[in-house]
Amino acid sequence: MLRLIARRLAIGVLVAFTVMTLAFLLTRLSGDLAVSIAGPSATQADVEIVRKAYGLDRPLYVQFFAWTGRALVGDFGQSYFFKDSVANLIQKRLPITVTLGLVGLSLALVISIPLGILAALRENTWVDRSVTLFTMVGQAVPSFWLALILMIVLGLQLGILPISGTGTWQHFVMPGIVLAFTAIPALTRLTRSGMIEAMASDYIRTARAKGLSRARIVFKHALRNAAIPVVSIAAVQLGFMLGGSIVIETVFALHGVGYLGWESIAKNDFPVVQAVVLVLAAIYIALTLLADILNALLDPRLRTG
Amino acid sequence: MSAPSVLVTQTSRVGRAGFTLGIAIVALIAAAALIGNALVPHDPFVQDLNQRLVPPFWMEGNQPAHLLGTDQLGRDYLARLVYGARISLLIGIMTVITSGLIGITLGVLGGFFGGRVDDLVLFAITTRLSIPVVLVALAVVGLMGSSLGLVVATLGLLLWDRFAVVARATTMQIRNLDYVSAARCAGASTPHLLIKEILPNIASHLAVVATLEMALAILLEAALSFLGLGVPPPLPSWGLMIAEGKDYMFFSPWVIMIPGAALAVLVLGINLVGDGLRNLLGTELR
Repeated sequence: MLRLIARRLAIGVLVAFTVMTLAFLLTRLSGDLAVSIAGPSATQADVEIVRKAYGLDRPLYVQFFAWTGRALVGDFGQSYFFKDSVANLIQKRLPITVTLGLVGLSLALVISIPLGILAALRENTWVDRSVTLFTMVGQAVPSFWLALILMIVLGLQLGILPISGTGTWQHFVMPGIVLAFTAIPALTRLTRSGMIEAMASDYIRTARAKGLSRARIVFKHALRNAAIPVVSIAAVQLGFMLGGSIVIETVFALHGVGYLGWESIAKNDFPVVQAVVLVLAAIYIALTLLADILNALLDPRLRTG
Repeated sequence: MSAPSVLVTQTSRVGRAGFTLGIAIVALIAAAALIGNALVPHDPFVQDLNQRLVPPFWMEGNQPAHLLGTDQLGRDYLARLVYGARISLLIGIMTVITSGLIGITLGVLGGFFGGRVDDLVLFAITTRLSIPVVLVALAVVGLMGSSLGLVVATLGLLLWDRFAVVARATTMQIRNLDYVSAARCAGASTPHLLIKEILPNIASHLAVVATLEMALAILLEAALSFLGLGVPPPLPSWGLMIAEGKDYMFFSPWVIMIPGAALAVLVLGINLVGDGLRNLLGTELR
């Protein structure tokens, strides 16, 4: 078990370092950063001043190691646009994104697990097919479009929820619903196939033969085994949801990390862009590690890996 | 036991109906993309400021000349919608080709050779999965300027992970089967083995992945264009049409309903084709 964790941790660190390198190279894609920071009306002399001030006159590898060295101790430099340290900005915005992610994931689990169980227990009936149809449509609907429709219906026509902003808990409801929708199809299908497989297995037949109640069979025996892939995918889904929340945060003007990323891309604020990519990747890496450990705890067969 | 067999035929009948529906949807949209603009008597780029926000045919105030109405600049919505189908399909297909080439190459090599090569491939997949796709795609387009080619290149470089995962797993399953060993004993070179023996036998799995990735690429392009960092205006990408209609959606909801519904229907069609393929080819991956 400890060896498994150590191995996964080592890979995670290596992946994080690779992402760091990529994030650094990404912001150098535009060619001359000094020109884009200085803006379209800058003279050649202005550009040179910017270049010196931001240390962009140094060789690329020096810039890279300077940045990684400081990033490792949590110093991501200064934002050009917000005139604040990047670490501060992220610290302020991260709770909003994490809240949104947790609201979205909880909603998704509350909807998709019962739906998946229902579909599995009524396999090949109209119930099952309706659930499948629902997941197919859910996969096809663009999240930002769903967001706009909710704004029109819940925000304008019914007037029960605020259309955009960050102030209160109500501001998280619509974005949470939309974010949940991005995860519901996959989680529902996974629960359904896991339950179908579990219900057909020998230990369920034994449980039936012992005369256990149906509820006990479904919830105690089948669900526990069907839940293993769902738990690990749920953790990974949360990672994807946090990474994908940029679209939803932007539509709803919810000031989380995703919105920060979008703002800083629009403003050419590359220290922030680098840091946001890195933070989101690090969260994803941590969540997949957590999923592996959870899996090993739930399924003793995996503990030796 | 007659009951299960009835169920099986029922499922496959429903499955086949879905497959047929999916093919019909995709064929219809592809036909619209190819010849639609020849049939619609309007240019998708010509503005007419006297004819702004004309509602579509099912609403009052529609003008017969504009079946789906016009946008905020008086451009014919049907002409733009049909032109937008071209952009979505083009981006979907080009992205799948790019990402397929990368992912299949990596996956087959890792699955076939195992060992160090496989470790590297797995590492590449893990790294790719930890990169937030939308954010990075937005950053690339934001830094380098929006263009259709750049969107395709960026999505192609980002969406190869599922190709690699599936190609790797399926190659591992068949690399030691008899016909591969037989070909090897007959003196076949490694490239020959990979291209003539392995690739044709994992192709059906890859076809299913291709449909999934195409749907994903179309949705991502729409999201990027919606955020203003995808296909540049005045090209009528469906995502961009939704973004442009956003300011008018509270009074004229159809300006966002029409392109959004088109996107959802296209993606649903592609996914139905993918699901149907999976059932027909029996390629459920374990």
